[in-house]
Amino acid sequence: MNNLALFHGIAKNPDEYARKLKKTGKKIVGYFCSYTPEEIILAAGAVPFRIFGRGDVSLADAHLQAYSCSLIRGALEDALSGSLDFLDGVVFPHTCDSIQRLSDIWRINVKTGFHIDVVLPVKLDTKSSGEYMSDVLRKFLGDIENGLGVVISEDDLKSSVVKYNRIRSYLGKIYRIRSENPALIGSADLHAIVKASMVMERDHLLEELAAFTGSLHGGNVAVKPAGKRVVLAGGVCNLPDIYSIIEDSGGTVVGDDFCTGSRYFEGEISLKGDIVESIAKRYRERINCPAKHSGLLTRGEHIIKIVRESGAKGVIFLFLKFCDPHSFDYPYLKDMLDREGIPSMLFEIEEQLPSEGQFKTRCEAFLEMLEA
Amino acid sequence: MTGNSQTPDPEKEKRKIKSVKKMKEIMTNYYMEAKTAEQTGKKVAWITSGGPVEPLIVMDIIPVYPENHGAMIGASKMGVDLCEKSEQMGYSRDLCSYARADIACAPVNGGPIGGLPRPDMLVCCNNICGTVLKWYEVQARYFKVPLFILDTPFCHTEFSDEARKYVRKQVDEYIEFLEMVCGKKCDFDRMAEVGKLSVRGQRLWQEVLDTAAHKPAPLSAFDAFFHLALIVTLRGTQTVIDYYTGLLEEMKERITSGISAVPNEKYRLLWDNLPVWYKTKWLSEKFAAHDACLVADTYTSAWCGSLKYINENDFLGTMAEGYSRIYLNIGVDEMAETVIEMVDKYDADGVVMHSNRSCKPYSLGQYDIQRIVQEKRKVPTLMIEADMVDERSFSESQIETRIDAFMEVLKSR
Repeated sequence: MNNLALFHGIAKNPDEYARKLKKTGKKIVGYFCSYTPEEIILAAGAVPFRIFGRGDVSLADAHLQAYSCSLIRGALEDALSGSLDFLDGVVFPHTCDSIQRLSDIWRINVKTGFHIDVVLPVKLDTKSSGEYMSDVLRKFLGDIENGLGVVISEDDLKSSVVKYNRIRSYLGKIYRIRSENPALIGSADLHAIVKASMVMERDHLLEELAAFTGSLHGGNVAVKPAGKRVVLAGGVCNLPDIYSIIEDSGGTVVGDDFCTGSRYFEGEISLKGDIVESIAKRYRERINCPAKHSGLLTRGEHIIKIVRESGAKGVIFLFLKFCDPHSFDYPYLKDMLDREGIPSMLFEIEEQLPSEGQFKTRCEAFLEMLEA
Repeated sequence: MTGNSQTPDPEKEKRKIKSVKKMKEIMTNYYMEAKTAEQTGKKVAWITSGGPVEPLIVMDIIPVYPENHGAMIGASKMGVDLCEKSEQMGYSRDLCSYARADIACAPVNGGPIGGLPRPDMLVCCNNICGTVLKWYEVQARYFKVPLFILDTPFCHTEFSDEARKYVRKQVDEYIEFLEMVCGKKCDFDRMAEVGKLSVRGQRLWQEVLDTAAHKPAPLSAFDAFFHLALIVTLRGTQTVIDYYTGLLEEMKERITSGISAVPNEKYRLLWDNLPVWYKTKWLSEKFAAHDACLVADTYTSAWCGSLKYINENDFLGTMAEGYSRIYLNIGVDEMAETVIEMVDKYDADGVVMHSNRSCKPYSLGQYDIQRIVQEKRKVPTLMIEADMVDERSFSESQIETRIDAFMEVLKSR
């Protein structure tokens, strides 16, 4: 018996979890996107809480046009409706044009404690941008200290980094085990674990990840399912149903390039040398979000590598509608995959999945075409 | 832009800006030179509209502007066809229509001028949006030429010391990049001169725009959309100074002789966001029919809005800040303050805002700017949903109804 129910419960209702946590005296800091240097938030003694946003937008319509993505509309809706009132502060790392403007709109209209913009470099592959990245993290450290009224010591930072290295290592291990034997962990279970990892009190999370990983070893190894192996690629995936639809259609997700997936836990932070610079290094070297620049073919090569390593037969691109950076990369990624003989399909999603039937039909047709 | 050959209406003729002819000549020569660069051995750089062109001028590189190209495609109503082509190439219809049209143009040499001259290098400054980064990555892969990215951190509430240091360093890297591509050293004395010319050009452009503060305004935002091309493309050259000096003279003469952009100017409006390039004439006539003149706009003034941060005697040292703090790279609240200052300066009776599907940094936040301006200045505002190049996102009858209703509100005040 493992602790999957706990992860599912938290992933399903992170706000409720955070409210309970708040009652125990914990400070909770909301954040957007996988470029937030969470290590510094945790070092300040607060719980980093990733804001996902839900559907049913009405209040946010007064601030954001209909051609904004569902992530920023949903998040603003949550903030305006008061469902994020447990936050002690919120952190906006600079990534895409939409998050950039959401930060302004949030700062002007929402009271969720302190408001920190972490204005990261957009290019990540030059020396001066690396220096700037470290400078920005140091500035952020000071901003967080002010926001929470604490002082962060070198030891606090190191201890936080050790925890994050362990969390990321567990998540990587769970992904690897699953890629080798998909029957051990359902795709939706994996999604719940990663999502819960972004909001849980991190010491508790470490215990649960350790317990879960341990439970995988002694367990019965099930027969490998017949599902065809696919890799998912895109930005935020906040739809557990996607995974079950893919499985019902005859597929098995064996890897991803999502910021709510492997981009979140890739890369270990070195404890040698200047700790802030080491943190900066991880965010620079981790495979980039398309809103950042790190070479012209880097993302394409990375996706091919994931496919090769996981033995996947195809790639499903899942983009949030109106996500410009991902949509701009799509033609070149598809082209690179085509040249490698890797079939792919693209599906644009909203935060909700209104066209469930359509997605299933497309999935079935795509999976049918793949080699077994 | 092309007039028909019927008997000219003397009333209309009187209102026509005479400098337009000169401007067309300059732009034609400029494009001819750019298109023949391969024969003349000059290098061509594609550069973003908000990017620092001055070092290119110093290095004798011909700057070419894909965004200007996008505007031409829009104005010549070739946007839909090219946008559809890009969609066939796999680009989503929700992406920026400048980028879509330009990307589709490159492989087929399409569009009104048969495509842009092939670049020797690409210079992308992200002070206007994140879209240009993706767009230039696409073109760098397509043309296989070096790409320089000038990364100007976004100024939500400040231009931090960290950002200042970073951008200043990149200015040096930019010049080193150009030296490497051109195989020659930069002449820093000439750089200082070009910097001064750039500042003078920007000041003159601001003075031209300022003449619209006169009642009635001698030029409208629609005129500014046209005359803008020079400050964007040839900033840092004497040509810009000579042209705008002449244009400024003409505007002053129009004021003296009582020639206004709109015959019976009764209402003065401010325009926000990029033009709707394929409908400028229609919109201009629509507002004029209501005796309304769009006297100023946030778009054309963006090319002189950060002058206050630039020291003309230390151009290289201060351009980092000048280029980082332009209108689109600042917070929504600061943008709202700028709009309010313009309402005051030009004594505007209302604000017309183009919610532009193509441009998220310009459009997201507009609803808040609208609210702030209404609260602080009590002027009516109109939001038009459209797109700068892709005509499929323009509903003429709906927009006409909204403009009529908006003008009724203004007239009843």
